[in-house]
Amino acid sequence: MKLDLLHGRVEMAHGSGGRAMANLIEGLFAKALGNAYLAQGDDGAVLPPPSGRLVMSTDSHVVSPLFFPGGDIGSLAVHGTVNDVAVMGAKPLYLSAAFILEEGLPLADLLRIVESMARAAADAGVLIVTGDTKVVEKGKGDGVFITTTGVGVLREGLELSGNRAGPGDVVLLSGSIGEHGMAILSRREGLNFDSPIVSDSAPLNGLVEAMLDTGAELRALRDPTRGGLATTLNELAKQSGVGMRIEEAAVPVEPVVVAACEFLGLDPFYIANEGKLVALCAPQDADRLLAAMRAQPLGKKAAIIGEVVEDRHGFVQMTTRLGGRRILDWLSGEPLPRIC
Amino acid sequence: MKYIEEFRNGKLARGLAEAIAGEVRDGRRYHLMEFCGGHTHAISRYGLADLLPPRVRMIHGPGCPVCVLPVGRIDQAIRLALEHEVTLCSYGDCLRVPASHGLSLQKARAQGADVRMVYAITDALELARQNPDKQVAFLAIGFETTTPPTAVAIRQAEALGLANFFVLCNHVLTPAAMRAILDNPAGVQLDGFVGPAHVSTVIGSRPYEPFANVYGKPVVIAGFEPLDVLQAILMLVRQINAGRAEVENEFTRAVTPEGNRKAQALMNEVFALRDAFEWRGLGTLPHSALKVRPEYAAFDAEARFGLGYVPVPDNKACECGAILRGEKRPQECRIFGTACTPERPVGSCMVSAEGACAAHYQYGRFKDVARHASQGGER
Ligand code: SF4
Repeated sequence: MKLDLLHGRVEMAHGSGGRAMANLIEGLFAKALGNAYLAQGDDGAVLPPPSGRLVMSTDSHVVSPLFFPGGDIGSLAVHGTVNDVAVMGAKPLYLSAAFILEEGLPLADLLRIVESMARAAADAGVLIVTGDTKVVEKGKGDGVFITTTGVGVLREGLELSGNRAGPGDVVLLSGSIGEHGMAILSRREGLNFDSPIVSDSAPLNGLVEAMLDTGAELRALRDPTRGGLATTLNELAKQSGVGMRIEEAAVPVEPVVVAACEFLGLDPFYIANEGKLVALCAPQDADRLLAAMRAQPLGKKAAIIGEVVEDRHGFVQMTTRLGGRRILDWLSGEPLPRIC
Repeated sequence: MKYIEEFRNGKLARGLAEAIAGEVRDGRRYHLMEFCGGHTHAISRYGLADLLPPRVRMIHGPGCPVCVLPVGRIDQAIRLALEHEVTLCSYGDCLRVPASHGLSLQKARAQGADVRMVYAITDALELARQNPDKQVAFLAIGFETTTPPTAVAIRQAEALGLANFFVLCNHVLTPAAMRAILDNPAGVQLDGFVGPAHVSTVIGSRPYEPFANVYGKPVVIAGFEPLDVLQAILMLVRQINAGRAEVENEFTRAVTPEGNRKAQALMNEVFALRDAFEWRGLGTLPHSALKVRPEYAAFDAEARFGLGYVPVPDNKACECGAILRGEKRPQECRIFGTACTPERPVGSCMVSAEGACAAHYQYGRFKDVARHASQGGER
């Protein structure tokens, strides 16, 4: 029985281990993702020996809507894990992908998602070498959930960790904030702008490589995803037992993101990004690092946004665009619209 | 978009701050209350207090809808959901307000009550329409800003012939709260008000005239953008210097003297004045809140389910009452930031982003540390 990729839907049988499942894997997954490791057709992939210490990271992806301006759950699942490996200072090499499919999901949608994963993986220079599929009854999933695990090789001698920041270190940001979260939210809330907000979902490994090539003394890299820039800065401050001073005016935010946040009563500092990173580096290397970031397509709007200071309370303080001061605190509860 | 940037511009802000500093006179006091939680939030979010000279002190007012709702009213909503098995719809903030018996609407949900978070009353109306077998009630709170949408929803429910949609009406009136603060002889001494933004688009600027004419307190109505607030402060300082007490309007792009007549008519048609209503912090105030008119009793949750009102005192350690009256500041509460945090709020002022305690916790608490340190209290 051939897969009907035009009108077919995911059925319980596609997950039951029988012929239907084999059809789905061969006719859809292997076709789109094909590479020598997947073609081994075994329960796991046999990989060549690595050339250094390994970094491994995993991430589950759930997003509604599945397709949004700037990407879809497939590209997001690749970028999310590639970026987690990359900000550890490693070169991502291999991914695994596990799918939980909801009965009734159009096969055309699934194909679109898997093809998008293939493109994203090729773009990032990684191979999807093993995978798994399960099907859950209608109503028990949100179309599709994807878990990806990534493996990468760390550069010789490189030590990056959120606990290495010290007073005087410089805080850099690779670009404008809030685009991924607001692309999703404005789609969900039915907000229409002249030009839609496009997710920044992108693989950061190229940018990271260029940054490492400068030889700048980096303390830590991190991608400010869920919880936004504010949460990432607080995590880093807490891990290192320091405070930070941030200049709000130095943090790039696209006008349309500001407008959408204003409309929904949200703060862009707490909105998710999927193609941005924060770097902490020694003060003498900051300018050199910034120049290298700006030379990269994903770092064009990179900026120095603040510095690390001594503070045993671990406050991330921010000078507002109006010149006042405030804390840039951890997110508490869920962000809610204003009713007053 | 241009529009928002315009009202947040740093250069303009510094210019206004300099103008305020230039006007402020030695020997005079400028204790100004920002009535609205929206203003409290803007002041904290943008660190505006740092831009003001020390003589100008901003005092947070009671204009936070979630904050002024007393424990007894949340209890009513919980009873409705738990005992009467009504699907209770509420704004997200209300769900976390602590109520009696260690409950909150959120905890009631964990005990099996059907409590839903909605963004607007229209979501609750839709839920009732789609589920004729369910009784759906909306916990209606807020000042005059949120009242007209409640009136519209009740009229729609009537037009649709819905027999399963109810409103638990807790709408309150801004001028009554301002009067209560000024009438309290032992209360905070004020020199003027930054008047409400969105509320005033509905009721207009006229209802504030007695505060200027009778009480001698200047009122400047201001928008919620930070530059609006600074501009209003400058206008208040100038009035105080000149010995004037007038109602002025900084928010002319949205507020007229008469307000929105259509919205007012709608409110009048659906709601009537309550004889009295208990507020958190301000006590029981006459003619300070609205109830559903008997003509619309079919949609009134209080009438339909015979919900009596039982007043309940606040947690003893909580200073929300004094904070809502402008008599204390959040950092003066002994359990601020320790037993009471946004994750585990003890009082309502720590729940809503418009609440004074939440705003100070979220944006300003580093200043307490600096203050302790400079007093030798730390390190
Ligand atoms: S800090 Fe908490 S307990 Fe204290 S006044 Fe504020 S809300 Fe009440």
